[in-house]
Amino acid sequence: MTSIDPADSGSWPLWEVFIRSSRGLSHVHAGSLHAPDATMALRNARDLYTRRNEGTSVWVVPAEAIMASDPDSKGGFFESPQGKSYRHATYYTQSEGVKHL
Amino acid sequence: MPEPYRKTLVRQVSQHAHSEIIGMQPEGNWISRAPSLKRKAILMAKVQDEAGHGLYLYSAAETLGTPRDEMFDQLYTGRAKYSSIFNYPARTWADVGAIGWLVDGAAITNQVPLCRASYGPYGRAMVRVCKEESFHQRQGWEILYTLSHGTEEQHQMAQDAVDRFYGPALQMFGPPDSDSPNSGQSMAWNIKRFSNDELRQRFVDMIVPQAEALGLTLPDPDLQWNEERGHYDFGELDWDEFFSVLKGNGPLSRQRLEHYRRARDEGAWVREAAAAYAGRQHQEQAALAGA
Ligand SMILES: [Fe+2]
Ligand SMILES: [Fe+2]
Repeated sequence: MTSIDPADSGSWPLWEVFIRSSRGLSHVHAGSLHAPDATMALRNARDLYTRRNEGTSVWVVPAEAIMASDPDSKGGFFESPQGKSYRHATYYTQSEGVKHL
Repeated sequence: MPEPYRKTLVRQVSQHAHSEIIGMQPEGNWISRAPSLKRKAILMAKVQDEAGHGLYLYSAAETLGTPRDEMFDQLYTGRAKYSSIFNYPARTWADVGAIGWLVDGAAITNQVPLCRASYGPYGRAMVRVCKEESFHQRQGWEILYTLSHGTEEQHQMAQDAVDRFYGPALQMFGPPDSDSPNSGQSMAWNIKRFSNDELRQRFVDMIVPQAEALGLTLPDPDLQWNEERGHYDFGELDWDEFFSVLKGNGPLSRQRLEHYRRARDEGAWVREAAAAYAGRQHQEQAALAGA
């Protein structure tokens, strides 16, 4: 799965761990860990991040497979929704007092 | 990220991680001698949590660019610092109680404000740690409560443990503010949110009524409520001892490090086998993909 051969590299690859709690709908990032392969990463993630029934499902993803937006250019990257308050229900006020709307 | 900020943070977070890892030893030592199966299960859960705390914190430190293996190596070679409190022995079962109540209690007092530290991965690790710590403190308090309300000998054992851990636990907040030159910078960076003395005071105010509820006393003749300040006054701590333990002359400083090394050495074959297995899987998959 990962392109690193764990026997070649000095240290185990890094995995990002995502957990879906019993109440939540989506998997949420819980943290990271090192493991030699995906199977071990899953087991370690269970032991490390779900010791108190925190999850009903766990994903592990090789950290190097994650493409992240650049925190330094978040202004430009997330510019489009700025000033588009009409995308929110709260923009529309004429219906105040009218029920179920 | 400014380099001095990064450096200070790596040191702080990795020292914190090392403390969690070495901190498993005093109590781990009692797992096989816990007085009941239930107490044993509880203690194993606690010690396992501490291993987890170490890993959360190593992960946080790693995001600052220092590989985990490098931090392991610093601890292994004795170049890294960890909290001096873990260089004291856990002599009796009551010590396990005193460690949970006082040592984990002091750690919580220290860590709760850090949940809002300026560095996100550190703060988030602290949130997780603090959630788990409250169980640690309560189980320790209950061990002492049970002993304190047991036979005269058991009560004495609990009192003796509190007598020995009280001072060192108060010293976990570090030297007095007047003797803590780097605190100001760390507070400006928001990786430390209250001064050593402020946190120590907060802790003392918290544990005095808890000790009363235990039916135990705290070994400080100067401890008394100060109406004017709205806080408890307490006596001077033995700072000579503190600095001596800090320098590596604690009762078990050498043993703690030796034990860590032994555990790491003896576990080497497991890590090697896991890496070899993963390597073989990797090659088999690559061959399949190529065929
Ligand atoms: Fe901990
Ligand atoms: Fe703890």
